[in-house]
Amino acid sequence: MIPVFSFLAGLIFGTGLCLSGMIQQSKVLGFLDLAGRWDPSLAFVMGGAISIGLVVFSIVGRRTATLANNASEISLKRGIDRRLVTGSLIFGVGWGLSGICPGPGIALLAFGSSQAITFVVAMLAGMLIFELTGQFREATTQDKAIEDY
Amino acid sequence: MSIDWQHFTPWTSLGGGILIGIAAGLLILTSDRILGVSGILGGLFKPRPGDAGWRVLFVLGLFLAALAWRSLAALQAPPIGTNSAVLAVAGVLVGFGTRLGSGCTSGHGVCGLSRLSPRSLVATALFMLAGFITVFVTRHVIG
Repeated sequence: MIPVFSFLAGLIFGTGLCLSGMIQQSKVLGFLDLAGRWDPSLAFVMGGAISIGLVVFSIVGRRTATLANNASEISLKRGIDRRLVTGSLIFGVGWGLSGICPGPGIALLAFGSSQAITFVVAMLAGMLIFELTGQFREATTQDKAIEDY
Repeated sequence: MSIDWQHFTPWTSLGGGILIGIAAGLLILTSDRILGVSGILGGLFKPRPGDAGWRVLFVLGLFLAALAWRSLAALQAPPIGTNSAVLAVAGVLVGFGTRLGSGCTSGHGVCGLSRLSPRSLVATALFMLAGFITVFVTRHVIG
């Protein structure tokens, strides 16, 4: 693995989040507010990102060797299970309450507001709760500790 | 529904989205890693040997880009008009939910949809649906 690319990807991603408006709570909530005055901007963010992503991942799917030669993390095949459904719904409620998802949360730390710190500390706590409850979850579901992303 | 033309930013949002796509492409093509922020952060809670460095560097890059944006482009910090108690609850839900659901907006919404993954399509549809309903309730039912 070549670490500089990871840093560079973070830089480009962060710039994209700032330019796109994803770090603005008001724009994200404006997109999620279908019944109010709707701001469709976030659909353009997704459209721009996915248009590049479709090309890139079609190349990824066809190549036979990789630059970094890491064990691939993306060939995992799992069905749509209760864990995916429950987790995504819980995330969506938190996203709707705050207008902030994980990437913009980190970016907002750079702006130094106490509210951003509150959100990110709580988010990391939520991730810690996930780790600490893993044993219980694996005992009660068919969770195989495999993750997509 | 009415369009909020005053705040609609098609070009900067499209441009920012393209940058997000380029970043995801760079990470998968050079490092075989999916750009999913919740997974990148979550992996730091149970670090495997040699697997923490790229995660820390990615997060550092993300933070520094925002810091540079703050000093070069943004006139003021994006306001967060939600009280701290709600933000704390929301943060826990976002952290726990993205780890349980194995992905967030970047992992499922950008990379997963780009890979045409049925799991990511379901995840993205569900977190958006939950977001729509939550905002409807907070703004139009109890708001």
